Amino acid sequence: MGFAFRKKKDMPSGLWTKCRACGKMVYQKQVQEKLSVCPECGFHGKISSAKRIEITLDPKSFEAFGEEYLPRDILDFTDREPYAEKLNSTQGKTGLTEAAVVGTGTLKGMRVVIGILDFSFFGGSMGQVVGERITEAVERATGEGIPLIVFSASGGARMQEGALSLMQMAKTSAAIGRLRDVASAPYISVLTNPTTGGVTASFAALGDIIVAEPKALIGFAGPRVIQTTLRTDLPKGFQTSEFLLEHGFIDRIISRDVMRDELARILEYCLA
Amino acid sequence: MSESGLPEGLSFERPIFEMVRKIEELKNLSVATGMDLNGEVRPLEEQCEKMTRKIFAGLSPWERVQVARHPDRPLTGDFISRIFEDFVELHGDRTYGDDRAVITGFGKINGRRILLVGHRKGRDTKSKLSCNFGCAHPEGYRKALHKMKLAERFGLPIVSLVNTPGAYPGIGAEERGQAWAIAENILEMSRLKVPIVVLVIGEGGSGGALGIGVGDRVMIMEHAYYSVISPEGCAAILWKNGEKAENAAQALRLTADDLHRLNIVDAIVSEPLGGAHRDHAAAAALVSEAISSALDELSGIDTELLLEARYERIRHLGQFFLGAE
Ligand SMILES: [Zn+2]
Repeated sequence: MGFAFRKKKDMPSGLWTKCRACGKMVYQKQVQEKLSVCPECGFHGKISSAKRIEITLDPKSFEAFGEEYLPRDILDFTDREPYAEKLNSTQGKTGLTEAAVVGTGTLKGMRVVIGILDFSFFGGSMGQVVGERITEAVERATGEGIPLIVFSASGGARMQEGALSLMQMAKTSAAIGRLRDVASAPYISVLTNPTTGGVTASFAALGDIIVAEPKALIGFAGPRVIQTTLRTDLPKGFQTSEFLLEHGFIDRIISRDVMRDELARILEYCLA
Repeated sequence: MSESGLPEGLSFERPIFEMVRKIEELKNLSVATGMDLNGEVRPLEEQCEKMTRKIFAGLSPWERVQVARHPDRPLTGDFISRIFEDFVELHGDRTYGDDRAVITGFGKINGRRILLVGHRKGRDTKSKLSCNFGCAHPEGYRKALHKMKLAERFGLPIVSLVNTPGAYPGIGAEERGQAWAIAENILEMSRLKVPIVVLVIGEGGSGGALGIGVGDRVMIMEHAYYSVISPEGCAAILWKNGEKAENAAQALRLTADDLHRLNIVDAIVSEPLGGAHRDHAAAAALVSEAISSALDELSGIDTELLLEARYERIRHLGQFFLGAE
């Protein structure tokens, strides 16, 4: 599940990088300046949750909550390595405690609750802690009557927490049901590359307004699963943001450089 | 089917079926010759029962998945014809089509009027193909929601029978918003103003199961399973080897007992000895009783309290990060 930019070994180290979408070699510094957007094809690569906060919220306005919920290996799950060990090493590598970062902040002066799935932590997958943090974000927005913005990037439910992960789909969705019942402020769901599986089929698909970054892979079943099941090639552009816009499932496609401005424009219409 | 008319069975069932055949032979011999063989038959029957009990108590998670997928296991249609009188099937999602992988309709259980939704897998090749082996498309989930909203209007409790390997992974399903359909169903089921009883009767395959699986009481049959991903799919991804499904089934904690321990299901519905496929009538009686008593418990509860309790139930699913490290 990767559309990151890949370093190529035979090129001068760190200078050039290969875009996974168009395959072209691009100047790495330029990619960084363009917020991981390919200067050749416009593909939006992964960015960290910290970077996302930086380019979305007003400086120093972000305050995290839910950090007290920490993942644990409840099922004693071991595949090729124990889940507990993988959690530890991932926390060390990423500096994150879990795949969801949630908190409050201001966007052009408007107070919002923000949630971000960080793909670098277990592919942004939803286990119990991601479910809990997102649910708290929804409840916080509902309680305070302020907008909720969630940026998704996820492979789906986290397998290592079994059916407990699956149940987070119910938990987050039920909380959004209450938000729809009582809150006057909107929930904007932002789909980024890639968003699939149980995350798409719960809170990511439930936005009052749903937007996506260009050319993102978005769907329920992963393309490889569909290909294996149907034993056929998939149509060009299948399961992209553009495909979803065409089929009526998202409101707008917004590129990263103007995301903050566009979110503010939408919010202005939804707030009293 | 074997020559004796008994199913070949799963590998761990073979010793049971061998003994059943021997008992049958003795009984036939007794009838043919007029000899009284009760003295021989009874101990064998007792031994057979003991062996079945022992084998089924010791089933591995992967073997339970095989029981849940057993070709002779009772399906939604079998439960409808045995439990729900006067079933009036209702078709169509009013938007795109009528997905045969989901069946919906009015029915009565022990005289009580309900709305039934359930996955339909099909028994023979033709019916299996027509309902995509129980893998629903978005229109299936939308049909279920449309009928559940009718139930809400007319004050009918909802009974949902879950039995799916998973939602259909296909081009049309994605084009028509599979994820959107499932998500809206989950959200709406969390706040429909009538009691909802869910029973996993065979396979509880991931989001495709949850799409009709949210309720006030969520129960599972003894040999059914409920999982975030199929053991095969999990093995392919985490073990990079689809043949490690047995390991994945173990690791995923997908059995009825595991799910009950994790507070994901509220109750386990017992099956006849040797599995529901050995005795559909007995299985249906047990299911009927479990659903009826759940409906009894939920009937008459003030709607606001019902919804509050349902939200609390869902809200606390998976709280195992709390407490001591
Ligand atoms: Zn490119």
